[in-house]
Amino acid sequence: MNVDKELDARGLNCPLPILRTKKSLADMTSGQILKVTSTDAGSVKDMQAFANQTGNVLVSQAEVNGEYVFMMQKK
Amino acid sequence: MKKMGIIATKGTLDMAYPPLILASTAAALGWEVMVFCTFYGLDLLRKDLSGISISPLANPAMPMPVPMPVLVAALPGMQAMATMMMKQKMKSKGVASLQELRDLCLEADVKFVACQMTVELFEYEHSEFISGIDFVGAASFMDFAGEADVCLFI
Repeated sequence: MNVDKELDARGLNCPLPILRTKKSLADMTSGQILKVTSTDAGSVKDMQAFANQTGNVLVSQAEVNGEYVFMMQKK
Repeated sequence: MKKMGIIATKGTLDMAYPPLILASTAAALGWEVMVFCTFYGLDLLRKDLSGISISPLANPAMPMPVPMPVLVAALPGMQAMATMMMKQKMKSKGVASLQELRDLCLEADVKFVACQMTVELFEYEHSEFISGIDFVGAASFMDFAGEADVCLFI
């Protein structure tokens, strides 16, 4: 998958991963992919909720060595 | 667009967080948010937030490094120490500061309003607060809350 932008949210706690995701998406164009890496266990459900609420698409999510990797496609 | 109205009434470090976390998050989700600050919640609108503190007194659920009798928690300096330790802990856990969360709220157009009645009650000056806020009464909150999807009293 082509990643257009990456956000390192490791070490950040609620609600910062979501707020930084929102900010990162702001200057992207529709269809582009943002890769977010987080260590906040709460962000797993929160990213889904963010996608539900905003209409951006959570294309995939995975856990790798205690880190969470999300691919978010801008609406 | 969804709307959320919050009434913020508390001015301690722990209770200052929920309104700012929820307001900034809702704004990030595209919601329109109003935070009505009254009584001690007015402290969320002060220019300088560094004076916001937490006390272990009357707060038996607060985790302490060692068990602390109430009379020890009441000693001079304990509140400052507890506040410092809590802030250090928050920083080490990647929790945003109150200042950072409020800045994010303001950036995202969260509407903060101050209760004029309590401003007068406590003899505060409008100049003590951040700019861009309105000083209003309960009716102004109702005007917003009546159309809101979520209303919280914190």
